[in-house]
Amino acid sequence: MTVALPRSADAAATIDAFARRHRLRAAEAVPWVVALAAYVVFPDYLALGAQILATTLFALSLDLILGYAGIVTLGHAAFFGTGAYIAGLLAAHGWGEPITGLFAAAAAAALVGFVSGAVVLRTQGLTLLMLTLVVATMLYEAANKATAITGGADGLSGMDVWTVLGFRFDLFGIVAYWYCLAALFVCWIIARLIVHSPFGRSLTGIRENERRMHAIGSPVYYRRLTIYTIAAALAGVSGALVSQTTQFVGLGVLSFDRSGAVLIMLIVGGVGRLYGAFIGVPLYMILQDRFAAVDPVYWYFWIGGLLVMVVVFAPGGAFGLGERLIRKWRRRA
Amino acid sequence: MADALAATISITFHGLAFAMVLYLVSVGLSVTMGLMGFVNLAHGVFAALGGYITTSLMASMGVPFAPAIVGGVVVAMAVSVPLERVLYRRFYGGDELDQVLLTVGLAFMSVAAAKFLWGPLAQPFHPPPALSGQISLGFREFPTYRSFLIASGAVLVTLLWLGLERTQFGAQIRAAVDNRRMAQSVGINTSQLFTLTFALGSGLAALGGALGAEILAIEPAYALEHLIYFVIVVSVGGLGSIRGPFFAALLIGVSDTGFKYLLPEFGAFFIYALTLVILLWRPQGLFGHA
Repeated sequence: MTVALPRSADAAATIDAFARRHRLRAAEAVPWVVALAAYVVFPDYLALGAQILATTLFALSLDLILGYAGIVTLGHAAFFGTGAYIAGLLAAHGWGEPITGLFAAAAAAALVGFVSGAVVLRTQGLTLLMLTLVVATMLYEAANKATAITGGADGLSGMDVWTVLGFRFDLFGIVAYWYCLAALFVCWIIARLIVHSPFGRSLTGIRENERRMHAIGSPVYYRRLTIYTIAAALAGVSGALVSQTTQFVGLGVLSFDRSGAVLIMLIVGGVGRLYGAFIGVPLYMILQDRFAAVDPVYWYFWIGGLLVMVVVFAPGGAFGLGERLIRKWRRRA
Repeated sequence: MADALAATISITFHGLAFAMVLYLVSVGLSVTMGLMGFVNLAHGVFAALGGYITTSLMASMGVPFAPAIVGGVVVAMAVSVPLERVLYRRFYGGDELDQVLLTVGLAFMSVAAAKFLWGPLAQPFHPPPALSGQISLGFREFPTYRSFLIASGAVLVTLLWLGLERTQFGAQIRAAVDNRRMAQSVGINTSQLFTLTFALGSGLAALGGALGAEILAIEPAYALEHLIYFVIVVSVGGLGSIRGPFFAALLIGVSDTGFKYLLPEFGAFFIYALTLVILLWRPQGLFGHA
């Protein structure tokens, strides 16, 4: 009897700890409170704010495949660009309704993600890395050469985006800000549900030990393909948000720079935590807005240097650094 | 019929010259990846560095062609050694993502540094008078410089081949690629071997960058712009070999030239499709071990 009691208490505590893992915590409200506060405090920077929110979604989608499924990709811009071009083409050819545009962009990007994922996810390591790069470069090359459809290097112009639920996109970016915030919020809920689902846990398992997941009967390839497709769809939404709010699509949406930049933003924030995107993207884009305006050349130098520093001295990004500081502080206390 | 023949000869010729440049730059990347298991996406930086040093030695200091190239190679090797000792070394056998991030960061820095030091424009490259103009090979004329490129490429390939197969250093590299721990156990100083191989690979890249300045123009974004070609050659050829990237460079160089000549409206699209198909068929590359 005396033995059974603590054991069941133990078990209850363990179960409680597991359950608590998936519960919403107060800290998770912080990004949204900050986003609302930023709306009030910086009314002159809402256009930049909308871009930050849309790019946060892009980084969040990358986190799903890189941070949770452990797929290292250099071609995530393929899906961002697909979404951007689909939304842009719809608006330029007579269907400017933005919300259905988002769904169309998500569907098209998901399709590209599914088809390319079905091919590239059969490989691993360097080959996988390279094939993601090849897929994105192929799309870039296609968009570059198909000038009749995409406008080529000049970019796609002549977009006419209609009102979103009756609100017209304004010059100050007020509607764009709310629109991107709402889209990011919905997609964040989807991403959070995925990560905390049994499916999400199995992805983490695949990242940690692929062989063992094979051994316990997890369909590794299909799980990876599923999350790759979902992340592609979210990246497509993000691309569509950017093209709808700026009313322009350039070749840059498919470029290696775009894939590299989003990787950097996520790494600077912290990978595999769902919140790295919320730190890294604003940090990167605000700094870029300040410094790149002065000289884009030096910007690349500092951002490259920052990346090297993070990898050498602060693995885990800002999040990892914060955690380590807190742990140190607690130990001392 | 005569047109088709002329086109075939022209494509083969220019494709071969392009292939030699691709091979020289990529072979070092293949060996570092095979030997250290390190994904070095900053490899093109050494090619760009070699090109920059060579062109500026020739243009602003009037150094002749051959010593200028030697200068470029020496500088690139000298830069590569501390980089390998201080930065790269920490990440051998580590997380692939860390290696990618580190080297992408270095490549970004190199782009900015090159723009700062040499300006945004492509560097002018003028081969020496003896290598300019056309050369007659009996049945038709060819650009002299590209003929020189093919010939010197062929000589270098042979030298590398012999070096790897016949010298003790080559045998040590082969041993370390096949089984690093065993090589260490029999007394090969793999740490030193890594540094030497890395420096050699960087030097070859610099040589490729300098010799090929006419084909792949030396500009700030060089390392990122052509990265995809170098990585394609390495992965199609198979990691860790010297022979694999050679045939891969031939295949990629000639077919890319052909596709761009015959179907210019599609650009480089076909070469990527070809790569995709080859790597699906043989994920470890044409000459790689499973």
